[in-house]
Amino acid sequence: MTAADPARQAQPAHSPSPGEVASRAAEVRRNWLLSTPALTLLFLAASGPLLVVILYSVLTPGEYSGVVWELSGDAWYRVILHRDIFDDTVSLADAHLRIFWRSAKLSLLTTFVALIIGFPTAYFVATRPPQQRTLWLFLITIPFWTNLLIRTFAIMEVIRNEGIVNSTLMSLGVIEAPIQLLYTDTAVLIGMVYVYLPLMVLPLYASMERLDFRLVEAAYDLYATRLQVLRRVIIPLVKPGIIAGSILVFIPSLGAYVTPRVLGGGKNMMLGNLIELQFGQGRNWPLGAALSLTLLVIVMIALLVYVRNVSRSESRG
Amino acid sequence: MQQQVSEGRVLIDSGKNSNDASLMIEAIGVSKIFGSGDSMITALDAVSIGIREGEFFTLLGPSGCGKTTLLRMIAGFEHPSSGAILLDGSDISELPPYKRPVNTVFQSYALFPHLTVAQNIAFGLQMLDRPKAEIAETVDRMLSMVKMEAMKDRLTSQISGGQQQRVALARALAPQPKVLLLDEPLSALDLKLRKEMQIELKRLQHETGITFVFVTHDQEEALTMSDRIAVMSEGHVLQVGSPHDIYERPANRFVAGFIGETNTLTAEVMSSTTDRISLRLGEGLELDAELPSGMTPKERVTLVVRPEHLRLSFGTTGSSLPGTVSNVVYLGTDTHYHVRLDSGDELVARVQNSSASDLQFGIGEAVAVAFEPSTVRVLRD
Ligand SMILES: Nc1ncnc2c1ncn2[C@@H]1O[C@H](COP(=O)(O)OP(=O)(O)OP(=O)(O)O)[C@@H](O)[C@H]1O
Ligand SMILES: [Mg+2]
Repeated sequence: MTAADPARQAQPAHSPSPGEVASRAAEVRRNWLLSTPALTLLFLAASGPLLVVILYSVLTPGEYSGVVWELSGDAWYRVILHRDIFDDTVSLADAHLRIFWRSAKLSLLTTFVALIIGFPTAYFVATRPPQQRTLWLFLITIPFWTNLLIRTFAIMEVIRNEGIVNSTLMSLGVIEAPIQLLYTDTAVLIGMVYVYLPLMVLPLYASMERLDFRLVEAAYDLYATRLQVLRRVIIPLVKPGIIAGSILVFIPSLGAYVTPRVLGGGKNMMLGNLIELQFGQGRNWPLGAALSLTLLVIVMIALLVYVRNVSRSESRG
Repeated sequence: MQQQVSEGRVLIDSGKNSNDASLMIEAIGVSKIFGSGDSMITALDAVSIGIREGEFFTLLGPSGCGKTTLLRMIAGFEHPSSGAILLDGSDISELPPYKRPVNTVFQSYALFPHLTVAQNIAFGLQMLDRPKAEIAETVDRMLSMVKMEAMKDRLTSQISGGQQQRVALARALAPQPKVLLLDEPLSALDLKLRKEMQIELKRLQHETGITFVFVTHDQEEALTMSDRIAVMSEGHVLQVGSPHDIYERPANRFVAGFIGETNTLTAEVMSSTTDRISLRLGEGLELDAELPSGMTPKERVTLVVRPEHLRLSFGTTGSSLPGTVSNVVYLGTDTHYHVRLDSGDELVARVQNSSASDLQFGIGEAVAVAFEPSTVRVLRD
């Protein structure tokens, strides 16, 4: 739009007066002041341990555990590369890469499945009469009241070979022998979707609750079919909720420890388990620290993508 | 009686139209019941109505009378509990909104906030899978029709209320629907903008030739804009007719009271034939009036007469009603005199202020009220 546009000139954009700018600046200052205690605490609690982890990642592992105060890049090197002990040939650290890949794959799948299940759930709750919504939200958050470990063992009970799923299918004659679900990637996926689903539903619900359903009617009126209404109106408008929910599910999935440990058995490790291993049996604290930081970087990249997406959709309206 | 040209024929508007071939929308015994059990609400009760092709039809009535419900049923957002809705002769009662060639201008405008002005207008055409070139051409035409070319790339949150209104109109007109539904589209605008948009709407309706069904609770808006008006109350259609018909020949007390100011009087029936009735009002006034067709009068009837049809004079004259002026309201072009009749009834007379008329009545003054028998309307109930 050019400056010569008469309509634009007739209606100047709101350009704030100097007084407005000053009072806004004062408000910003006050807000910073008010949040200082929280920010200080967060900074100390987050940066302290982080500095320790960064430091450990560049030290040498101790004999039995802990670290020796001797700088070494070996841990970082070993995150993705592997040197053969006998002939010193360098190759990619297959075991690590496989675990990275499984973690990324399972986390993305978890996010995707949680989105597929969470979207209609959130839509359902958001379209209930207001008095009923509180009840539905309450029901959705109930699993949070139970310890994660107990919930995970409950899932184990459901999917193990003698569990409800297999025994029901067998008594119905659908299958002859039990399906091996437990200790597979599928078990980990099921467990993580179950555990993290509320984290998807809640932000989705929050943005759907704000959705003006008259827009949905307007789209129907303008010849949009159900699918087109979903694609052209609902999804674009609840996109911030979709992104927030996906991030909230993806990040903890990536670092999940309990669920893959219990449901994946020992074999199907994820990043969290690999890290734990280095601090435990592996007795390689620097490698554990380097792996933790790798995880952190992946999470930060995911967050950056989120922030960029949200700020773009906000600047559009 | 007003005459109206429709499809080259001259129709005498009678308010009866059930066998008119050019009906665009026909509601046949449509009822709508919301809820169930104790909280059951009958929003519409066996409404039958015919809307002609190419006319500006207004649904007028107080809040909660079912205007929006009827409109939403034509749009397809609600389905009748009983009865049927025909569009251009075929039953559409059960069709979803996206299968009806009917578009709505919503009271809240309901513009898509994630799309620009031009994208909003294009939406319906895209959903109909029209070719890209045609969409671009139609959008440009619509933008110029509502004078919004300069804003086509703005988001709808970046334009004023009046401009949003225009975009909503353009968006609904772009797919060239058979019927355009407008649910109180002007109620959010200030008075000046509202007057402008009234003229604009009439112009658009004239240019496009599309049948407009307009909802309002503003009787003045209804009178100035409509070809025909349906007056509704509590889920019923009380009267359908031209603005002139509705104003001058209200079917009942509700319509008379809802449309403009009016005076109601009770009169004794002296005699009646099939179409005339002789009445006596109080002591001094006897008159002969038209009897609405099909009405069999009891011994007393109610009649209405508009304030502008009352004549005031000093003292008592031959056939008139005696009374005293109880209040005088000066309104610029005319003056309202409130007169308390000796019989106890209260009347309002509107007298035009012209330099020629030197008649001025003061409060407490004795006056005689008279009127032409032809300006009196006998009510059915
Ligand atoms: N979805 C609904 N559920 C229950 N009752 C409803 C519903 N929609 C409308 N009603 C009721 O039906 C009646 C008619 O409502 P409607 O919205 O058609 O009135 P209206 O004439 O458009 O009024 P207004 O001028 O205030 O918009 C009202 O009593 C209203 O409360
Ligand atoms: Mg309404």
